[in-house]
Amino acid sequence: MNKNLKGFLYLLPALLFLSVFMIYPLIDVLIYSFEEGYNFASQTYKGIGLYNYFYVLRDPYFIQALKNTFIIVIITVPVSTGLALVIAYLLSLIKPLRDFFQTVYFLPYVTNTLAVGLVFMILFKKTPYSDGLINVLINAFGGSSVDFIDGPYAAKMFVMCFYTIWVVLPFKILILTSALASVDPNYYKAAKVDGTGSFRIFFRITLPMISPMIFYLIITGFIGAFKAYSDEVALFGTDLNSAGMNTIVGYIYDMLYGDSGGYPSYAAAAALILFIIVLTITCINLLISKRKY
Amino acid sequence: MEEKNSYTINEKNYRTVKLVKNIFIYLILGLWAIIVLFPFYWMLLTSVKSYSAYNSEYIPSFFTTSPTFQNYIDAFSAVPLGRYFINTIIFTLFTTLIMLIVIVLSAYAFARIDFKGRSVLFAFFLSLMMIPNELVIITNFVTITDLDMRNTYMGLILPSVTSVFYIYLLKENFEQIPEELYKAAKVDGTSDLKYLLKVMLPISKPTVVTVVILKVIECWNSYVWPRLITDDPDYFLVSNGIQEIRENGFGRENIPAMMAAVVVVSVPLIVIFLIFRDKIMEGVSRGGTKG
Repeated sequence: MNKNLKGFLYLLPALLFLSVFMIYPLIDVLIYSFEEGYNFASQTYKGIGLYNYFYVLRDPYFIQALKNTFIIVIITVPVSTGLALVIAYLLSLIKPLRDFFQTVYFLPYVTNTLAVGLVFMILFKKTPYSDGLINVLINAFGGSSVDFIDGPYAAKMFVMCFYTIWVVLPFKILILTSALASVDPNYYKAAKVDGTGSFRIFFRITLPMISPMIFYLIITGFIGAFKAYSDEVALFGTDLNSAGMNTIVGYIYDMLYGDSGGYPSYAAAAALILFIIVLTITCINLLISKRKY
Repeated sequence: MEEKNSYTINEKNYRTVKLVKNIFIYLILGLWAIIVLFPFYWMLLTSVKSYSAYNSEYIPSFFTTSPTFQNYIDAFSAVPLGRYFINTIIFTLFTTLIMLIVIVLSAYAFARIDFKGRSVLFAFFLSLMMIPNELVIITNFVTITDLDMRNTYMGLILPSVTSVFYIYLLKENFEQIPEELYKAAKVDGTSDLKYLLKVMLPISKPTVVTVVILKVIECWNSYVWPRLITDDPDYFLVSNGIQEIRENGFGRENIPAMMAAVVVVSVPLIVIFLIFRDKIMEGVSRGGTKG
């Protein structure tokens, strides 16, 4: 059989699926975003232009979603990366129970975010029957009860970030643990012989050696946090706009489907705005990491 | 004599410092372990508390003296949790199976068949990895709606059966298998397909298993696409089922029954994880990101 034909036949299924569900949509989403006044039912539109982008950028729900997403990104990426670094470093110092801790720390990765989010909601929620466990703890330390799920914005944002960090930490701990294990022990031996203190060893040897991995985690962390959505649904329910906790991705889906849905053009414009933001931030990250190392 | 004394004192100091340091390390690690495990403990605990007991506790208690399994019975009888389960199993099985066929064939083509434009096409495939799901999901939603495949298994499965990343992973693995084997098989007159199934796949089994496990986890937890494409509870997957239970099932306040459902949904993956721990952790560190 002809090699070209054979290669094509083996690739046919993948090419088929990729064209229908990836390449065509990519072009289509661009077209959608420029079609003004698109009607989903009759599949007609009034004109071509930038109106969809202006509409989205002026929509107060989008501004709220943008603000929420940026807060989540700015808080969770540095905190989770730092925390993962501390935990992975401490793990590398011990022998007994190390496997046990590693297994436990990885558990959130394999659990359903929607399901465990419900547990977090119950722990933090204040109901007529009970203030919830977290509030009982706060009371025990002399504070007063706060409703973290339906209460003030800062409280909701706190639970949101806490849950996000809880969810993303397993991946980061895993990556940093294997990065730490791959540092050549000879460097440590040489430093020990020279009588270098452990702080100095950490900042002068360990950190520079694993810095590529840290940058990898920061970049993937930024991308992941900008796409935050399911964790929000898990805590605050599907009507994120009324909870004031929507994210950019949530805004896209709300525009597409559900009670406020039926506007694929607005959804497409919002999706492209998100893509541009993520692309810009990733490029900036790459530039910084190149310059430093 | 004096020198020896100061040496032992130093040795003692060193030991206490080390002990304090160790206690400190285990304290921090233990604290985080508690933060990770506590939600799991709480859902198990709440799921065996009776409805009346739970609602009468203004300050939730940390244990229960009279565990009940009534909530688990409620979880399966008051809402179609069993149905959600079967749907998720069907979805996971077929998505994983079709994906395996698609990616194995492509990886083989990229690794062994020397067709024209191979490297260009492969580079193009790799560039597709940068495309975020959010960008293509809008059109896919419209496509599936137009094809009248909302609330069908096909609509759920079809958009999720290709993964460029897994093609890449498998292709790398296939390429490590010495080409001499291929040539020998050719001399014997073995067909490509037979060679792929009888030689390549068995040798690459560890990678295939890793891919399968990662895909199963992804399928089990998928939420966004199923939510868009199904509004008929007969086709809900467990994630959507949980969300449905939260908003409409059991009446809003039956938290113990809700927690029973959460336990039932979480257990299968935790069991898979405990069995395949090393494979999963290795696979994830080779390239899984969540979400």
